[in-house]
Amino acid sequence: MSRKNKRNKIKVSRSDRIISAITYFIYSIFAFVCAYPFYYIFINSISANNLSERGKVIFWPKGIHFKNYIEVLKIPSLFQAFKISVFRTVAGTIITVMIAAFLGYMFTRESLWKRKFWYRYVVVTMYFNVGIIPWFITMKKLNLTNNFLGYILPICVAPFYIVLCKTYVENIPKELQDAGEIDGAGTLRIFFYIILPVIKPILATVAIFTAVNQWNSFQDTLLLVTESRLYTLQFTLYQYINKANSLKALINSTSSSSNLAATLATTQTATSIRMTVTIVVVTPIILVYPFFQRYFQKGIMIGAVKG
Amino acid sequence: MHFTKNRKKLRGYKEFLYILPILILVAVFSYFPLYGWTYAFFDYRPPYPLSMDSFVGFKWFRTMFENEVKFKSIIDVLRNTFAVSGLSLLFSWFPMIFAVFLNEIKSKRYKKFVQTVTTLPNFISWVLVFSIAFCVFNSNGVINQVLMRLGWIDKPQLFLQSSSHIWFKMWLWLTWKNAGWAAIMYIAAISGIDEEMNEAARVDGASRMKIIWHITIPSILPTYFVIVMLNLANFLSNGFEQFYVFQNSFNKEYIQVLDLYVYNLAMGSGGYSLSTAISIFKSVISVVLLCIANKISKIVRGEGFI
Repeated sequence: MSRKNKRNKIKVSRSDRIISAITYFIYSIFAFVCAYPFYYIFINSISANNLSERGKVIFWPKGIHFKNYIEVLKIPSLFQAFKISVFRTVAGTIITVMIAAFLGYMFTRESLWKRKFWYRYVVVTMYFNVGIIPWFITMKKLNLTNNFLGYILPICVAPFYIVLCKTYVENIPKELQDAGEIDGAGTLRIFFYIILPVIKPILATVAIFTAVNQWNSFQDTLLLVTESRLYTLQFTLYQYINKANSLKALINSTSSSSNLAATLATTQTATSIRMTVTIVVVTPIILVYPFFQRYFQKGIMIGAVKG
Repeated sequence: MHFTKNRKKLRGYKEFLYILPILILVAVFSYFPLYGWTYAFFDYRPPYPLSMDSFVGFKWFRTMFENEVKFKSIIDVLRNTFAVSGLSLLFSWFPMIFAVFLNEIKSKRYKKFVQTVTTLPNFISWVLVFSIAFCVFNSNGVINQVLMRLGWIDKPQLFLQSSSHIWFKMWLWLTWKNAGWAAIMYIAAISGIDEEMNEAARVDGASRMKIIWHITIPSILPTYFVIVMLNLANFLSNGFEQFYVFQNSFNKEYIQVLDLYVYNLAMGSGGYSLSTAISIFKSVISVVLLCIANKISKIVRGEGFI
């Protein structure tokens, strides 16, 4: 009896170990599949361009140089796109966060005229989906095509973030506001000096989500913008991949300017520009990602409770 | 008393004035576009404004079914939409299983590492995903290079410029981007399982597979159920960007899903009115699907999710 028991126990732990080994193996593959493409593009962007062009750089960089990054930033259209992307991300994030904080706070003020009605009026738009064509026609009517404001205004009131902020403000002790009120502070003063400092954690979450969305946004450029001065990095990158012609013209224009110094290894190629721009576009995301991770688990839980 | 009440009311109006500009923004950008649905009932040809002369009633809705060419292309588009949504519904268990076995990894650091790396693709745009796909799969990309070195193929394959298995490829890219993120929900649900239950099972001699099968999976099935119902409600909405960036003249016939078709129809051939009619049609069916999903959820779980 005891022998049988012992054998059973060993058998169980052996099968456990096999499961463990398989699990580790499979998850290593998953991790590899997700991480390697980023690594592959990065090592290619810093390798000798004539080698990466022919697909010779697979495991580690060969002939390391950083000329690609310098050259890419010298391309006027790309630098302009970079500025637009950064500017819309910064401005869009600040405005969206401030509106979410302010409305979130105002919707907790019981004195606000018809508070419940206005709250519903804002929140119900979360479920609207008008479709891109009516949306596009509206934007055209409002003169927001080929207009920088078209990147910011249509999405600056974000009902979901307003709900997050409202919930957060509701959980702050009421006494804090009351104290301000007794000291004679008005609605706005209480917001700026009492509420805003306290709700920083939720604002950080909202800010990071908004910033990533703004940075990644592609569809609005596609629909609203035809003038190249307003192209974003995402849009320019898409064009570089799909329109080989425009890229070739670009390469010719850059290589003629630095012809003498250029060697085969550092001459820009379609591949090198594509890969370098990809890394430029992906880097900000990877940089904010560690901060992100702290917040998103919380965020998705709140979302799950809401949904 | 009367005085303070009045003052409070006055304050309420003042506060309303503070938020009024924001409320106007909501009206302009969320309510006003709804008016654009009327274009489906006109023969809209930009830049001419709408007039009663161009009112056509339900003509565009009838066109969808009566015009043979349009009907055929809509059937094709629906086939693609159903195939893509059907695949993701069919494999919707994947993130759950991913989370379950990830939880079995003992080393906390390794677990964290896997989770971090597999979640990252969720935060990059579809344009970037496409750019990565292009770099990895083009004729000089790593996949072709490795396959040629292994001698499996003798000339580069054009993976992105072909329509073969396009629905499955789209599912793969979607999974590459989303699976790690989707798993977070299940990981949270698993961490909510009472540890005593696992302990008791272990004392009774249950193997790990048995614990997974009899404790872990039943505990997270409610979460899975909600996800499936949401999938069902969004059956016609595959999203736009993914299919837009991956489309080309080789795969267009099989990649064009409803959301992309609506865009191509309007922006490509100027069919604003027909395109709006189709998206209204889609919205109506989506609302019906949502109600059905909600109803099923009410019957099965006793509560809906709207």
